[in-house]
Amino acid sequence: MAGQEQQRPQTNEVEDDANAGAPTPPPAAAAADFEVDSLLDEIDDVLEVNAESFVKGFVQKGGQ
Amino acid sequence: MTVQRIVGIETEYGILQNGNPRANPMLMSSQVVTAYRAISSNARGRARWDYQDEDPLNDARGFHLPRASAHPSMLTDDPSLPAPSGNEMILAKGTRAQNLARPRVEAYDDPGAANAILTNGARLYVDHAHPEYSSPEVTTPRDAVIWDVAGERVMLEASRQLAQTMGLDLQLYKNNTDSKGSSYGTHENYLVDRDVPFSTLVAILTPFFVTRQVFTGSGRVGLGTHGQLPGFQLSQRADFIEALVGLETTMRRPIINTRDEPHTDRVRWRRLHVIIGDANLLEPTTYLKIGTTYLVLWAAERLAEHHDLAARFSALELRDPVADVSTVSRDLSCSVELELRSGKRLSAIAIQREYLGVVTELLSRAKNDDPVAEQTDDVLARWANILNALESDPMSCARQVEWVAKYRLLESMRRRSNLEWDHPKLAMMDIQWSDVRPERSLYRKLVAAGAVDTIAEESEIQSAVTHPPTDTRAYFRGEAMAHYAGSIVGASWDSVIFDVPESPNLQRIPMLDPWRGTQKHVGQLFDAHPHNPATFLQALLGQK
Repeated sequence: MAGQEQQRPQTNEVEDDANAGAPTPPPAAAAADFEVDSLLDEIDDVLEVNAESFVKGFVQKGGQ
Repeated sequence: MTVQRIVGIETEYGILQNGNPRANPMLMSSQVVTAYRAISSNARGRARWDYQDEDPLNDARGFHLPRASAHPSMLTDDPSLPAPSGNEMILAKGTRAQNLARPRVEAYDDPGAANAILTNGARLYVDHAHPEYSSPEVTTPRDAVIWDVAGERVMLEASRQLAQTMGLDLQLYKNNTDSKGSSYGTHENYLVDRDVPFSTLVAILTPFFVTRQVFTGSGRVGLGTHGQLPGFQLSQRADFIEALVGLETTMRRPIINTRDEPHTDRVRWRRLHVIIGDANLLEPTTYLKIGTTYLVLWAAERLAEHHDLAARFSALELRDPVADVSTVSRDLSCSVELELRSGKRLSAIAIQREYLGVVTELLSRAKNDDPVAEQTDDVLARWANILNALESDPMSCARQVEWVAKYRLLESMRRRSNLEWDHPKLAMMDIQWSDVRPERSLYRKLVAAGAVDTIAEESEIQSAVTHPPTDTRAYFRGEAMAHYAGSIVGASWDSVIFDVPESPNLQRIPMLDPWRGTQKHVGQLFDAHPHNPATFLQALLGQK
């Protein structure tokens, strides 16, 4: 799904200037990925066994 | 009052019986409600919902939909009860009761309309084909989070009870779609000053609601109402929004809903019924959703005296807001620019930043007497930080923004197992993300691993499952149920009906002012009459 890949946002110079003093977000993404990757086995253990039939069976009536 | 305002969140939960996809959802929803009623401390209670003041067909634009032309799903009140009378606002010593005739026989208890008024002030009932938790009225973003999460615990306890006593394996999900064409809602309800013209609210809120998805979305696998296209989007609800303004909530769902049923003094207040939002599990997401909407409403109520700021809001008018709901929801980079009526193009983040800018400017002009200044500052800081972080890299927001947390987990699974976005495993993970059972919930796995932030303390949530907020009329409702459940025959957002043998009539206590009936107003009366509703009522009504 090429269209679903993350695109870096286009830099907008004006806005960058306006936020010159703002803190840059922590370089947490890579560390966090590791955090989540290590959970995948545990998650496999709690997932329903048959994904296809589970998803097919998840039928709801419309609400508000 | 900045981030202090009456708000309540209603959530319809998805429901499923393990191994029986044909199970009747209305019956299952009823079983959830009655199971919870049996274990909650109002087990002896017989309180029905009091529909006397409800009017779901009143339109905020000033007209009233004729009953005959309303879709049956819109008739959320009960026409068999008499029209409202009186306009009693007091709820403290000296309140006046309305006397109602005591019925000779108990009314038929329709099992399809199961209803429970909880000791925490919430309402648990069957809405269409879903169990719904309508939180008690609270006044801050933090309390909104606490009593919203309490609702997840209520659903969990109900399902555990059903498994234990009936061997019934019902699963409940705090989400908004089955990706088979159906959606069910999570509605925010804010009281807003009636002096703000509805058209002004629509103008100010439309671009706000379209763009706030970048930090309020819960994330969804699949694009389109049936998930017919593979992919991931920010919002559960976006694909079900088809109109700009309207009264309906079950079809042609609008960005701005016009149901005008304030459950309070309609001269002073309107209830803004927001149906575009997602069910959120991440507490910082709910907190920011409520907090930022509070601030924009606070500004909307003050713009008449600040024409320059009003003009800044007007300049944000979108050329095609309904289409933009979907555009924003499908833009994982949060960078696509939307076309404004003026011809200018701005990203969702830039539009949100303009709302933040106007609010900040207005705060600097206002004489600040803010009883919740600390939370106001916290919401402002989080709002600014999340916009900056989303702009530099949305993935850096995985601790605070639900769609990012979900995307990160699914993307990680997708990479490891080499799955395409249309693989059923990813759709299953999307659903199981919101399973109310902590041992099954993927969201709960992230909490347990410390991979996402929380707001509320566990002790606060546990207390909120059974105790009402102390600073709204929900306190009166919840405490009345806790103390006198056996003597309460009806209750609603703005009334409690007592049946005590000492009185020849039923006594309906109106509580039209949501800011009254608080612990400060009536706490001592409950303490002084913990088990005797008759003497409590005498003291409340000032008869002795």
